[in-house]
Amino acid sequence: MEGPPGKTLLRMASLSLAIHGTPILSDVSLTLEEGRITGLVGESGSGKSMTALALIGLLPKGSATTGAIHMDDTDLTQLAERQWLGIRGNDIGMIFQEPMTALNPVQTIGAQVSETLRLRGTSRAEALRIAREKLDRVGLGPIPLDRYPHELSGGQRQRVCIALAIARRPRLLIADEPTTALDVTTQAQILDLLRDLVRDEGMALLLITHDLGVVAGLADEVAVMKDGAIVEADTTEALFRTRAHPYTRDLLAAAQPKPRPARTVEPAPVLTADTVTRRYGALTAVDGVSLTLHRGECLGLVGESGCGKSTLTRALLGLEPVQEGSIALLDRPVGPAMTRADRARISVVFQDPYGSFDPRWTVRRLVQEPFHLTGKPADAEARAITALEQVGLSAGDLDKYPHEFSGGQRQRIAIARALITAPEVLVLDEAVSALDVRVRAQVLALLNDLRVRLGLAYLFITHDLTVVRAVADRVLVMQTGRIAEEGPTADIFERPAHDYTRALLAAAPTIPAKWLRGDQH
Amino acid sequence: MLIGTVLTALFAGAAALSLFWLPHDIAALDISQRSLGPSLTHPLGTDHFGRDMLSMLMAGARTSIAVALVAVGIGVGLGVPLGLWAAATRGSWLDEVIMRGNDLIFAFPSLVIAILITAVFGPSALNAILAIGIFNIPVFARVARGGALPLWTLDYVMAARVAGKGRLLISAQHILPNVANLLIVQATIQFSLGILAEAALSYVGLGAQPPTASWGRMLADAQTMIYTEPQLAVLPGLAIVLMVLGLNLLGDGLRDALDPRLRRVRM
Repeated sequence: MEGPPGKTLLRMASLSLAIHGTPILSDVSLTLEEGRITGLVGESGSGKSMTALALIGLLPKGSATTGAIHMDDTDLTQLAERQWLGIRGNDIGMIFQEPMTALNPVQTIGAQVSETLRLRGTSRAEALRIAREKLDRVGLGPIPLDRYPHELSGGQRQRVCIALAIARRPRLLIADEPTTALDVTTQAQILDLLRDLVRDEGMALLLITHDLGVVAGLADEVAVMKDGAIVEADTTEALFRTRAHPYTRDLLAAAQPKPRPARTVEPAPVLTADTVTRRYGALTAVDGVSLTLHRGECLGLVGESGCGKSTLTRALLGLEPVQEGSIALLDRPVGPAMTRADRARISVVFQDPYGSFDPRWTVRRLVQEPFHLTGKPADAEARAITALEQVGLSAGDLDKYPHEFSGGQRQRIAIARALITAPEVLVLDEAVSALDVRVRAQVLALLNDLRVRLGLAYLFITHDLTVVRAVADRVLVMQTGRIAEEGPTADIFERPAHDYTRALLAAAPTIPAKWLRGDQH
Repeated sequence: MLIGTVLTALFAGAAALSLFWLPHDIAALDISQRSLGPSLTHPLGTDHFGRDMLSMLMAGARTSIAVALVAVGIGVGLGVPLGLWAAATRGSWLDEVIMRGNDLIFAFPSLVIAILITAVFGPSALNAILAIGIFNIPVFARVARGGALPLWTLDYVMAARVAGKGRLLISAQHILPNVANLLIVQATIQFSLGILAEAALSYVGLGAQPPTASWGRMLADAQTMIYTEPQLAVLPGLAIVLMVLGLNLLGDGLRDALDPRLRRVRM
């Protein structure tokens, strides 16, 4: 796992940054060595992306820095924009989180990879030859240069981004959440690719991520960042073993929620789907899916993007017609024609804590929107307050707008909105996927508490296996529109029967258990 | 924002005032008072017929604003519902019919058609309003549909559907308020274009007819004397420019002020 100790490439010395007078980074020191991977871990807003932007000279307007970034004999903080042009791409390359937007949709991938070379005066033919070589290097051998980004999958696009970043053989590669937008199996491939590149080309890699599992599997050194400062830095194994700083311990604990103890749920079906099939033209998005959700149960539905879980969700919510099969909620049919009273018995929490709310509505109005189903009761206001209090917010939040809340708080509001009609079934569609691990742990605890107190049944849809293991009683694994495997959570995780389940489990980045047990070697 | 509000308020105020009171009667010609410079009785001087320039500008503001306002009203009143409707039924035949109808109107050169309409039905302020207004419809329909389409994919619209709301209610409660900022900016742009179009029509004699005052006709009347009496052309020209500028600034300001996300930051 450990790479060879390399020559120091870049040294960030006590870098502090303020933007328009607001301190963002304080005293950040980092040393990056050739041929080694440094992980920079932190929650959103911890300043890890700003550290990367400082390294590549792309800080926003109004930034003021103190301290220095030494590379060779230059202090990068002192460079003018013109001098930066010679460094970006040439010495330092960068990969971004979102492969969907990091590429220009109207240019072929060959043009985009070769563009960075053409800027340096390389001839067109030579640039295209190198582009081909780099695309081969990142594992896109069979893909012609004249393809457009939309013709590629997310993982392939991220490979193009990597090819673009390494086209001019930079000595430092910065990867800002390079796999966060990808599925686990794709993520594992991209991480392998990055590791190989670093070893083969002797590059230094700064890997920025919120995912401790990714860091544990890949990085040689890890720095943990909180509120713009590095709280702890060490070699990876030592850091995970000692956990010297309380914040590191918090993060680790939150990232490793305890597996749910097995329990038996009284069979009392509330939501059942019987061989449901949904086709769009020639495409069969959901193919003969059957499932049963019992009262008080948490049923996990796991699958990668495009497996049909979103379509299934919409069908279960009665928003999509199905071509075959039937869905029933408490023995009443589910579908676009279902009555409002029936609809009030099932509700949903979405993934995106930003897109879930109309930005122009106050919390009072947002939380009460589902009353449209039941007619506004006389005690609507009181019930809105109760719903907010159930999720740990208060009546004082009623007049605020969604943008005044953090991501975790918004997700609480979304849960309050889902609970206000006192439904029997709650569909949680990637409801904690966009949250930081510590916030995620809080929301999961809240959900568990609500389930016990209100006797709710959850359909918990996610791509994140760690979370499923912590919350679900039973798990369904979905692949290309079908249920590949189904069973009690512990069985699925310990004795996966289906190849796809095994592949998913193997690809999930994990922290080696022996590091965490605390036994000394 | 402030400058825009002040400019717009100034012209709107002048137009409102002109409904009740003008410094001088603009229909009264007084050749003995022609082409005077600024004075106490005539703050901006008089034109070649001896009419008070200030009174003419005030009455012209009324004509311009009235024409542009009603034209924008026609565009918003018909275009926005059509656009929202098209977005709500995206991909259906209704969407197709509405949008292709829009394309059809867009395909006509607007000012030429306006000239045609006024030429056929006789030149008047009312016909100018109709001609300008009809061509505002597809503009607003497009903006409304374009703004609404991405909103329909958002989770909060999905949440509203889960709450059992239909297309009409979602359009009214969620979509319209969130495309309102686009529409307001577009409305101010169309408003200023309306003022320009009215000025253009009046300039060629197809808009408001004498004795109704109009900035465009003041310009047309003054062009023969541009060397001898430049202020006669400059004053209405300046009025048009300032009004249009003021509206554009106001539009930008309104967009920011109406967005709760930006509102907090600005205050």
